[in-house]
Amino acid sequence: MSLSYLLRRLLYGLLLMLGVVVLNFLLIRLAPGDPALVIAGEMGGATEEMLESIRQEYGLNEPLLTQLWIYVSGVATGDLGESFFFNQPVAGLIAQRIGPTILLVLSALILSIIVGVFLGAIAARKPRGPLSAFVSVFATVGYAVPVFWTGIMLIILFASVIPIFPVEGMSSVRMRDAGPIARSIDIAHHLVLPAFTLAIIYLAQYARLTRASMLDALSDDYIRTARAKGLSERIVVFSHALRNAMLPIITVAGLQFGNLISGALLVETVFNWPGMGRLAFDSILRRDYPTILGVLFFASAMVVIANLVTDFAYRLADPRMKSET
Amino acid sequence: MANPDNTTNFTGALTDPDHGVTVVPRSPMQDAWRMFRGNIAAMFGLALLIVIVGLTLYGTLIFDGDPYEIVWAPHEPPFVNPDFPLGTDYLGRDIVAGILSGGGPTLAVGAAAAALTMLIGLLVGATSGYFGGWADNLLMRITEFFQVLPALLFAMVLVTLFSPSLAVIAFAIGVVSWPQTARLCRAEFMKIRELEYITAARASGTRTWRIMWRFILPNAAPPLIVSATLTIGVAILFEAGLSFLGLGDPNVMSWGLMIGANREYILDAWWPVTFPGLAIFATVFAVSLVGDGLNDAFNPKIRGR
Repeated sequence: MSLSYLLRRLLYGLLLMLGVVVLNFLLIRLAPGDPALVIAGEMGGATEEMLESIRQEYGLNEPLLTQLWIYVSGVATGDLGESFFFNQPVAGLIAQRIGPTILLVLSALILSIIVGVFLGAIAARKPRGPLSAFVSVFATVGYAVPVFWTGIMLIILFASVIPIFPVEGMSSVRMRDAGPIARSIDIAHHLVLPAFTLAIIYLAQYARLTRASMLDALSDDYIRTARAKGLSERIVVFSHALRNAMLPIITVAGLQFGNLISGALLVETVFNWPGMGRLAFDSILRRDYPTILGVLFFASAMVVIANLVTDFAYRLADPRMKSET
Repeated sequence: MANPDNTTNFTGALTDPDHGVTVVPRSPMQDAWRMFRGNIAAMFGLALLIVIVGLTLYGTLIFDGDPYEIVWAPHEPPFVNPDFPLGTDYLGRDIVAGILSGGGPTLAVGAAAAALTMLIGLLVGATSGYFGGWADNLLMRITEFFQVLPALLFAMVLVTLFSPSLAVIAFAIGVVSWPQTARLCRAEFMKIRELEYITAARASGTRTWRIMWRFILPNAAPPLIVSATLTIGVAILFEAGLSFLGLGDPNVMSWGLMIGANREYILDAWWPVTFPGLAIFATVFAVSLVGDGLNDAFNPKIRGR
């Protein structure tokens, strides 16, 4: 992986982010009504002086291109505007909330890839066996269940029938003064249900995808060679075939990242998880547009970063790609 | 010289008297339908879908009831009172009435959003794949840009900034869902435009739009039909998610809205959220069984993958 390739990808990622900023700018202007009113939110109390100060700050009396320049250069220096509900900069608000979202999304991603790939790889060894049938059915069912409904069903199950996992929030109040290890365990305990809810759809998809690509890989010549060498079936399946079968999984996992964030939004709302999705939802109810658009910006940035990581991971996993720029 | 015995009769069947066989030529679509018909899961999905669409269209004629009307005590359990077989919600509204009238908007938004997705995806993908060059480059950058936006969040923003009417919701879902269709369509057009019959058509002076829509599109149709089916399923889940968050049209009952409205009381009553969720699940499940069946029917070689 050459340095110039790396730089080119990074630059392209930055360009995409610039596009998101311009889109945010346009959305506020395209919304019906006075942009100053839109920015102030429809909480009522916006006085004429307040609106005038917003117009000054955002340069709303200037020509459109000047306004765009003010907005873009503001974002470039970390200024995403001010939430008039919290009376706080949006960037700071999101900084408090982005950690829990990343924790939730990454846990779900890792859980779904590990379990999904494992199930799919085992299923591929017997293409007509019961596990294969289960993977196919599970994939179709998993795709059709609304994620927020799965969450609610799990809450009903675990809140009243088998109360072994907490169903709300990220930590217990009584743990506030506990040590870091106890608090981490407490957070992990709270994470189980939301992460599982979010993972279940992708787990099903990755299992099906792994099964399909393992079936392709297992019919290749090098597998016959490996078997002929007398390697154990476990080594043939898990280290020879799976390594090649992983390539499509990496691609799909990257493409799915945006959907994963959308899913996290719903899951956070269901489980009262204190992340960005919860913030976006609350801000929408409060008509706090600067915050909503800030969340959109950060969520898009996460997708851009995930795409870059996917791209590099693919190159690392596939030696054939290393020589290409 | 054609063999005079080898005649074509009115049904289009070819008869070969030397071998005593009659071959009825079938179009690829007829072939696909034969495959589809033999697929139990796909036929089950189709039947389930027909029942669901039938119930949402005509169900209110049989079980007539206003989904907003308070008809009974709140939280009447299901399967107890024959007048309210699925019970009542936290306000005492009939859940059967809600499910029957809530299906219409969900299905309509799903279908409209899928249609818009296909329209944008086809236009972008076909232009990009057929012309290539700078047009392809530009359109693919735009497509990548839309893939970066987290779809549900962007749809939430659109619905909030404009109005939460069914049309805006369908528009918002369509605007965020087209990139995948565009990529698929582009790949098909790129593949087919290299085939000889397209070169022949171009050499004979056929107009570009005619080549694209009459010569290429029909051959690119199978994967696009499968993708359209799956898009309907995704759009239904999307609409359900938006309504669940309370961002749907507040004046129209929908399955997602029923779940959202009752979610604070789930520990008192499981049924007001469970049944609408099952309705969403059954619909998307039916749609995806049909989609999988179509996929198998169009690509017999990759069956069972």
